[in-house]
Amino acid sequence: MGKVTGFMEFERLSEASLPVADRVKNYKEFVLHLTDDQAKQQGARCMDCGIPFCTTGCPINNIIPDWNDLVYRQDWHGAIDVLHSTNNFPEFTGRICPAPCEAACTLNINNDAVGIKSIEHAIIDKAWENDWVTPQINPNKTGKKVAIVGSGPAGLAAAQQLARVGHSVTVLEKNDRIGGLLRYGIPDFKMEKFHIDRRMKQMQAEGVEFKVNQHVGQNVSADDLLSQYDAVILAGGAEQPRDLPVPGRELDGVMFAMDFLPAQNKVVAGDSVPNQVKATNKDVVVIGGGDTGSDCVGTSNRHGALSVTQFELMPRPPEKENKELVWPNWPLKLRTSSSHEEGANRDWSVTTKELVGENGKVTALIGARVEWKDGKMSEIPGSEFTIKADLVLLAMGFVSPVQKLLDAFGVEKDQRGNAKATTDGDGCYKTSKDKVFAAGDVRRGQSLVVWAIREGRQAARAVDEYLMGASTLPR
Amino acid sequence: MSVVQVKKFKGKTPENQGLYNKRNEKDACGVGFVAHIKGKKSHEIVQQGLTLLTNLTHRGATGYDPKLGDGAGLLMQMPDAFMRREAAKLNINLPEAGKYAVGNLFLPQDAKNRAACEALIAKIISEEKQTLLGWRDVPVDNSNIAQAARDVEPCMRQVFIGSNEADQTTFERKCFVIRKRVEHAVCALNLKDNAAFYVPSLSSRTIVYKGMLLANEVGVYYRDLADESVVSALALVHQRFSTNTFPAWDLAHPFRMIAHNGEINTVQGNVNWMAARHETMKSAVIGEDLDKLWPLIAEGQSDSACFDNCLELLVAGGYSLPHAMMMLIPEAWNNNALMDDERRAFYEYHAALMEPWDGPAAVAFTDGDMIGATLDRNGLRPARYLVTDDDVVMMASEMGVLTFPQEKIVKKWRLQPGKMLLIDTQQGRIIDDAEVKSELASAKPYKAWIEQSRYFLGDLPKEGAQLEMAESLLDTQQAFGYSQEDIKFVLQPMIANGEEGAGSMGNDAALPVLSNKAKLLYNYFKQLFAQVTNPPIDPIREELVMSLVTFIGPKPNLLGVDETNPPLRLEASQPVLTLSELEQLKNIGTSTKGQFKSLVLDITYDAQQGKAGMANAITNLNKAAEKAVQDGFNVLILSDRAISKNRIAIPALLACSATHEFLVKTGLRTSTGLVVDTGSAREVHHFALLAGYGAEAVCPWLAFETIGHLASDHYVAGKNFVKAIGKGLYKVMSKMGISTYQSYCGAQIFEAIGLNSQFIDQYFTGTATQIEGIGLDEVAEETLRLHNLAFGNNPVLMTQLDAGGEYAFRVRGEEHMWTPETIAKLQNATRTNKFDTYKEYAKLINDQTRHYKTLRGLFEIKPAGASIALDQVEPAKDIVKRFATGAMSLGSISTEAHATLAIAMNRIGGKSNTGEGGEDAKRFIPVAQDTTMANVIGHDLVESNIPLKAGDSMRSRIKQVASGRFGVTADYLASADQIQIKMAQGAKPGEGGQLPGHKVSPYIAKLRFSVPGVGLISPPPHHDIYSIEDLAQLIHDLKNANPKASISVKLVSETGVGTVAAGVAKAKSDHIVIAGHDGGTGASPISSIKHAGTPWELGLAETQQTLVLNQLRGRVVVQVDGQMKTGRDVLIGALLGADEFGFATAPLVVEGCIMMRKCHLNTCPVGVATQDPILRKKFTGQPEHVVNFFFFIAEEVRELMANIGIARFDDLIGRSDLLDMKAGIDHWKIQGLDLSKIFHQPDMPASVSRKNNDVQDHGLVNALDNKLIELAKPALEKREKVMIDLPITNTNRTVGTMLSNQVAVRYGNTGLADDTIHVNFAGTSGQSFAAFLAKGITFDLTGEGNDYVGKGLCGGRIIIKPPAAFRGIPHENIIIGNTVMYGATTGEAYFNGVAGERFCVRNSGASAVAEGVGNHGCEYMTGGTVVVLGITGQNFAAGMSGGVAYVYDEDGLFAKRCNMNMVSLETVPHIDHIAADAVHHLDQPDEVTLLSLINKHIKYTNSARAKAILADWDNARGKFVKVMPNEYKRALIELAEDKVLVAA
Repeated sequence: MGKVTGFMEFERLSEASLPVADRVKNYKEFVLHLTDDQAKQQGARCMDCGIPFCTTGCPINNIIPDWNDLVYRQDWHGAIDVLHSTNNFPEFTGRICPAPCEAACTLNINNDAVGIKSIEHAIIDKAWENDWVTPQINPNKTGKKVAIVGSGPAGLAAAQQLARVGHSVTVLEKNDRIGGLLRYGIPDFKMEKFHIDRRMKQMQAEGVEFKVNQHVGQNVSADDLLSQYDAVILAGGAEQPRDLPVPGRELDGVMFAMDFLPAQNKVVAGDSVPNQVKATNKDVVVIGGGDTGSDCVGTSNRHGALSVTQFELMPRPPEKENKELVWPNWPLKLRTSSSHEEGANRDWSVTTKELVGENGKVTALIGARVEWKDGKMSEIPGSEFTIKADLVLLAMGFVSPVQKLLDAFGVEKDQRGNAKATTDGDGCYKTSKDKVFAAGDVRRGQSLVVWAIREGRQAARAVDEYLMGASTLPR
Repeated sequence: MSVVQVKKFKGKTPENQGLYNKRNEKDACGVGFVAHIKGKKSHEIVQQGLTLLTNLTHRGATGYDPKLGDGAGLLMQMPDAFMRREAAKLNINLPEAGKYAVGNLFLPQDAKNRAACEALIAKIISEEKQTLLGWRDVPVDNSNIAQAARDVEPCMRQVFIGSNEADQTTFERKCFVIRKRVEHAVCALNLKDNAAFYVPSLSSRTIVYKGMLLANEVGVYYRDLADESVVSALALVHQRFSTNTFPAWDLAHPFRMIAHNGEINTVQGNVNWMAARHETMKSAVIGEDLDKLWPLIAEGQSDSACFDNCLELLVAGGYSLPHAMMMLIPEAWNNNALMDDERRAFYEYHAALMEPWDGPAAVAFTDGDMIGATLDRNGLRPARYLVTDDDVVMMASEMGVLTFPQEKIVKKWRLQPGKMLLIDTQQGRIIDDAEVKSELASAKPYKAWIEQSRYFLGDLPKEGAQLEMAESLLDTQQAFGYSQEDIKFVLQPMIANGEEGAGSMGNDAALPVLSNKAKLLYNYFKQLFAQVTNPPIDPIREELVMSLVTFIGPKPNLLGVDETNPPLRLEASQPVLTLSELEQLKNIGTSTKGQFKSLVLDITYDAQQGKAGMANAITNLNKAAEKAVQDGFNVLILSDRAISKNRIAIPALLACSATHEFLVKTGLRTSTGLVVDTGSAREVHHFALLAGYGAEAVCPWLAFETIGHLASDHYVAGKNFVKAIGKGLYKVMSKMGISTYQSYCGAQIFEAIGLNSQFIDQYFTGTATQIEGIGLDEVAEETLRLHNLAFGNNPVLMTQLDAGGEYAFRVRGEEHMWTPETIAKLQNATRTNKFDTYKEYAKLINDQTRHYKTLRGLFEIKPAGASIALDQVEPAKDIVKRFATGAMSLGSISTEAHATLAIAMNRIGGKSNTGEGGEDAKRFIPVAQDTTMANVIGHDLVESNIPLKAGDSMRSRIKQVASGRFGVTADYLASADQIQIKMAQGAKPGEGGQLPGHKVSPYIAKLRFSVPGVGLISPPPHHDIYSIEDLAQLIHDLKNANPKASISVKLVSETGVGTVAAGVAKAKSDHIVIAGHDGGTGASPISSIKHAGTPWELGLAETQQTLVLNQLRGRVVVQVDGQMKTGRDVLIGALLGADEFGFATAPLVVEGCIMMRKCHLNTCPVGVATQDPILRKKFTGQPEHVVNFFFFIAEEVRELMANIGIARFDDLIGRSDLLDMKAGIDHWKIQGLDLSKIFHQPDMPASVSRKNNDVQDHGLVNALDNKLIELAKPALEKREKVMIDLPITNTNRTVGTMLSNQVAVRYGNTGLADDTIHVNFAGTSGQSFAAFLAKGITFDLTGEGNDYVGKGLCGGRIIIKPPAAFRGIPHENIIIGNTVMYGATTGEAYFNGVAGERFCVRNSGASAVAEGVGNHGCEYMTGGTVVVLGITGQNFAAGMSGGVAYVYDEDGLFAKRCNMNMVSLETVPHIDHIAADAVHHLDQPDEVTLLSLINKHIKYTNSARAKAILADWDNARGKFVKVMPNEYKRALIELAEDKVLVAA
């Protein structure tokens, strides 16, 4: 159980990163996982709670106290076994998860949370280094075929789980590479793409077949899938970005983050992207204060932007939350990402009124300050301002999945346009259409990678139960 | 042949109903006898017996009707002249004395019934070839007895039987046969009558007069007894204190040979073993008649009656009376360094014949010629005696019951633990313990017999053992239900430390029968534990009485008295067998040259048969066992090693119990040994269960294999595991007050929760099961599920064990009520004062209990009528007054957490509880103006300050008195509104506790009168409560200590708790707490948290039903606690009968607790359950939050009340008719449950209270203290010196305590100036003389004291010296009883004579001088100074962590009598030869302290012994041994170093 008094003796240690000046020169990851000794000490901070709030704070219920303890005792092999028992892809979450577990950590009540994510990161890196991540091939095939549409974290998790219980799994991806948002949404400096490739190889060995450029509803017909497979899981994302309906939206240089970021990832991957929009020598304004916005900041700086400004409509959150009232839930508080460290002006309570351009190209943004009262926003009169902008990146979140996919299968949708399915009880994750299941953002709307993995795993169990009458897969 | 279960013919006592079961009835008593040593018969002896009985009245009890006693009686010699005269009046010509017998009979009231009985008796007498001489009506005067007793009063008649036998002994044996036959035959008539048929006595030697009478009525009711011609040389009397109020004439003592004070805890096992012996028993003297005696022990009798039956058999079978007594109640022999070899051999030899009848006991016995008494091995009952110069011996539970002129008394002594007092009126002398025992021990060559007939398992040739498993370790573990927690919480602590792991907080996991997980059968059983009616034992500090010795193999013929070729026996020092020991057993045939033959019986079966195969497999197992025994195999090994994917193992417990019971029923059990070889056993509870259901030894093969993979050093790990299990077994046994494995084996000290009666009756006969549940089919299903999980393809289980989640919350583990969500919601709600958020929390709890975690989760609440408007319901501010917080000591939780609860409870008018740890007197006074906690308590003592408002108070209204008596002073008690006696704690009933030294801060040490840094032990028992009448005494003491406070007794729910509660109500408790098994703890062995006690729903309902049946409910307030979380919980508690409600965990959660379950590690990260100042700074709880919580609860209650249409809370109480089991639950395990017993309402008239509406009469008006207070007025009011002279007798109980209360109320713990009130008493004081005597009071008694002198002494001075006329030598005569100065904190005492057992137990600061002490002197002492100027008993200084004792070691053997585990023995150095850097007790040299006390002893008592010692001081000093606790010495050195540091 770690060290009984570890939390009183040791302080939280964040992972080291390369200096800003070095890291903005390329698109490589710059966060250095903990050394063995550091990890041991951080593991010692875990209190092995009678009720481990972290475990329920974590969407996939990682059994955090156990692997903390194993790392404390330097049983790394044991640690990866426990970690893999709940998480198919710790190398993804160990890098890009915002770690709701740490918010729920009981040490976080009046101290710094255990560095759970950094320990996870260390465990999985160690496991790959030592070749402990090997295919788990199930020799007993069920003869059942499952198609999974979408190769993001939900689809991959579902695929791996189903393959491991002996089903024949085919993953269909509309893009040219597997990974979905992991591949094209998340910049390489946050997560390099060889992680995905490495997993793909493992999964292929486990029997998963990957097919790219398969756009269901366009070059692949839903009916064909339904007739060829015993079950289909829709695991596409929630890709429809939220737009900014203001004058000037149509101007050149105003674009969705999700058009801006993938291009760079492709370039890093060695593709040539003929008309890549780059931020080089531009004044960049990022609209939206979330993770995607942050990725835009980091990418812009790497492009060599003149300036990067990030606006957020909501007010500036407090530096520290009132833990008495918030813990163990995810707190609203000021978060400064590594991209912010690399340089950005951040401003809050700002609304965009208009985008101004010359020659069809954006040159400036007219904004105004807003005031929030009881959840309602009002513009502060006379607070208008204008800021120079050569590139405006819209990163205001996503509204829904791409509807065409859902329509192709004719599944019922909820009010937000997501595929409708429950997550508990009989028939969970199953859509209104027989044989068709849905998991991840396509079902729950825009969310975290870790939620996608959870849904992928749980949907896999539901499909297995559907196909076999019972399932031994964990939820 | 099977044993016929014969129902005893019963009168009109209530039948079993609801949760009430007659067999739980308990009793305890006062006992005594008077005898003439030379056998001179006189009427005076009879009269003295009756006087003695009358003076024991306070040891009995009365029911709802003060006239309705619990029964009393007298056993005496046959008054021949009287009988002859009376018979002659009826024209019956009696033959000479000894040639006729008189049967005293209770006959039916109905004439026809009576005639039937009498006809039967006549027939049987004639069949047994004796002569019926005639009948006599016994004249009785029932004019003054209680109506209820009269309703069931039998018709009293005597039958005269003439002997046709050659001698009286043979005739007596015949009388025994006749009586047994008559009992069986009448029972078979199945008569319906108000009065029970019963034979009090039928003998040519003795006669018993007894009944449902008050002690003083025996002589009035039986007019015979007043007749001058009724003469006897002995009179044995008994006054009963029973837990019920149902009149039962036959339950009165004495029985035919004994009167018993105490309780036999192993009685179920003893009775079973007696039944099992039936087939193999043969007696040369009883011959053919032996069979007629069966069933020897009728069902439904009291433990004492069963014991009497067995004793009669042994005596009839040819054992002498003392011999038989030594077999039944042997003294502790195997760890006794002082016992001679012959006697040890005697006990060891007989151990194989008869398992001890174990429990606290003072048994007085007689056969009409010999009379005597014996005490249990641990001396848990008082028995004192005196001898006069005219040959009278008087023995009684206390002195003063019969007075003799002092100058006539030649000896005053006591029965010592395990010792016997015997008077042979034929020989005309007292035969002392040593003589009687050495005579018996040397009568036969027991030592030689043992040596030639015993095999020690440990001595047999070692066998190599290689475990071969068919499947992988992981799969095998999984098949036996291993989880990761079994490794982490169960095995690892055991193999690392040699003892069970500790945990903390309560158990909030789902009951096994409600769990969705497949559970092991073990989990459906709960350990029973002793509370109130007998004490648990401390197996660590009193290890000398414990034994794990086990005999494997057939049992010899019990009645083979004259056998000269004793059968072979196989003995093991403890019951956990290693793999190699099991091999030894397998090969036992070879190593014993065929004298033992063992056979392994496979308890696995073909997996293809699935669950349906299990019943068959058991039947086959039974057949195989039967055949094996018939084929001469005398060691059967039930083994599940053959488990594999294709073989399912029958749960070992089921296989074991089924085989054991089958063999018992077929009469084969005593022809073979039974050993279990199982992969399932790994925790203490498992071994205890296997033992309890018949296993003589257990080999946990898979546990060893698992350990082999966990530890680098297998050997040490395995040894540690065996050691840990052994220690755990001691603990489990001792919590029921059982000291030997042998008597625990087969004793079934368990109850089942969630197993149906059919299953229990078939395989676990006699075990209580109250709510039905699953049967064999489901047990098989669960086994199968585990099997399939283990050998199936579950990917989670491919590489690891199941997570478990029993001990700590785990996602996908067992369900818990406290979850991240419920905790977060509750904290948020109370911090923001948002009722809506609270309701979300309550919904989660209430709904989740509907997801089947608790019994109440299965309840449906029915409306009483139309719903009413919320504003019509009693306001919340009234309801919250019914709430209390749980007993959590300052020590277990921080000052901040503790005081915050008190503030909150005082704000709402509820009650908080000190817990066991004293309380700072600064908190007693309400704050006058706004301030802070730190301002009141001290800034150095508060780490996280809390604002206080004017009018706030940090006083805990409930002051707890637990076994450690920490900080219990007159002042502390005077500050209480309620004083709570903690009999048991939900998380660890029957166990003590320990506050480790690192938690004993200077502040805590101050409050507990101890030394900082020195660990504190709470003993398992209250050493002044070994039985129900002792509890009555403590209640009386505490009522005296604070007449305004109500006295509360806290019990833990288990089967029979209702009966205990009834006894407690009769003992005059004002308030009873029923705690659920799930209550919290700061530290407890994990198996206790999990496996002892039952849900409060059961205990509360049983309590309510039993109290209503006994018409006692109105007198007491009933409080319930145990994981109370919501208003719904409260409502259900009320409907089941609770007036008040206790909460502990939930308010702690409100204060910030997040269920870390790390209380025992002192690392609570939120400052709640820690003493670490750094962590305490993190405490964020606020009284407001706690106030919010209780109002939320009350509001939820109000909403529910409005829904069901009840406006007044009072109208909820006891309305169990409004509860029902939720319909339509489709859970495969739950379907078999039947909760109707919980909802049962006794059919009693409406006038009988169902809730508290009356008060107890404590009888304080009769107290001597009223006079003392009156006479001491000048002292109390004006601090003037007063001198008082008063006579005193044993009925003056608890003297000086009310007076001390007066001092405390006025002057606090500082008291008055020394000797301000000086009282000279003359006579024999009653129990608890000078209890809680305050500073400034001197009690100077000339005479003698009884038990509990100076209990809780807090500043006063006690002097007791013999009267000048007494001729005995003080240091050879007893002057005070047992448990003197228990829990004394300050003050001094001088006793010019010898003290009984447990002198100065838990003394924490007083000084005392005595001239000899009994066993366990200075036990658990933490401070103070004790001087013993004479011999001590054994086990001196056990658990002593502080203070010093100086013992005058005249015979040089003290070291052997001292328990050296925690102390060192030093010399008392000459004052001039002290090292410069020596540390001193009391800051002065030992010689100064010692001399000062000896001088004071002379000054106050004029002790000749002390004078002689002083006269030869240079010599004498060298004979003094200083007993120095190691911990204390270390602390003194550390303190000295600290001082040096400070000075520097």
